[in-house]
Amino acid sequence: MKKKLPAILVVVAVVLVLGFLGLGSVGDNLVYYWSPAELQAAGPKALGADVRLGGLVEAGSVRSEGMSTVFRVQDAEKKASVLVRTEAIPPQMFREGIGVVVEGSLGADGVFASKRLLVKHDEIYTPPKAGEDVTKMIKAAKE
Amino acid sequence: MKNWNTVVGAVGIAGAALGIWGGLVYAPGDTKMGDLARILYVHVPVAWVAMILLTVAFVSSILWLTKREWRWDYLQEAAMEVGVVMGILLTVQGSIWAKPTWNTWWAWDPRLTSVAVMVLTFVGILALRAFVDEPVKRATWSATASVIGWINVPFVYLCVKWMRSLHQTQTPWGTMAPEMLQVLLFNTFVVSILCTWMVTVRYGIAAGERAKEMAE
Repeated sequence: MKKKLPAILVVVAVVLVLGFLGLGSVGDNLVYYWSPAELQAAGPKALGADVRLGGLVEAGSVRSEGMSTVFRVQDAEKKASVLVRTEAIPPQMFREGIGVVVEGSLGADGVFASKRLLVKHDEIYTPPKAGEDVTKMIKAAKE
Repeated sequence: MKNWNTVVGAVGIAGAALGIWGGLVYAPGDTKMGDLARILYVHVPVAWVAMILLTVAFVSSILWLTKREWRWDYLQEAAMEVGVVMGILLTVQGSIWAKPTWNTWWAWDPRLTSVAVMVLTFVGILALRAFVDEPVKRATWSATASVIGWINVPFVYLCVKWMRSLHQTQTPWGTMAPEMLQVLLFNTFVVSILCTWMVTVRYGIAAGERAKEMAE
């Protein structure tokens, strides 16, 4: 009998958390991120809404503006792209051509303002070739 | 039987030592992630084995509900408990990998959300077991809950194929360098051995506890 109360509390907590996840998080986010083309197709409806935008960092588009980093996120098909400005500090993995997910909203000026920058990595793992130094390669890729 | 399981445990621990060397030294780093990718060699085996253990709990639950033999209740309890430990380990490892690569400890993407639901479901069923005093009721209720809760397990595996997520999809067979794949498969074997050892010990404890309950 003495074990009962904590166990009941755990069950109640679990049910509440599952309910919250089920109704809140998952329900709102059946699509985890929008593609650039979808965001543009949504037109004025997308303006100001808190959304995630996902795609690839366009080659040659990354630059710094003061404290912000500006770059374009493009579709895998490279047909549509959205200009992103983020205050987030880009992580080590951030580079041209890599997959990113940015959280924020599209402004009237067509720029996606983001506070959170997530970097996707793919499912392919490749060892360095003979004579290559991984640490040096990663440093070189960042520059 | 008891001695055999000690051998299994010893093989598992020795294998773990070799597996750690394999992941940290023998296997090469990744060209994009460098040494960060090495967490793969514990993360993926733990993920596979966690899902297998919860599936063992699911099958045991069905067998308890259909056959009413106590051994299936012991196995369900043992596999579920070790499965929950693996599930918690999995999320911790994933977080450690996510921070330097994704730039966050956690994201509510389909994979991470479904894993959180999976772990919490089975933590809840363990709690349910703790507060039902009557053994037959406890076995039946927890088996029923496990059958329902297990539905999420295939979703955990498949959601990255079906839905957009931050988490990467399964690595296709044949794309991995042989030295990487060797370590990954060896470590999967080692984690399976260690979990077999733990489940066997836990099964014995469950059997002892139930015998004591029945005698009272």
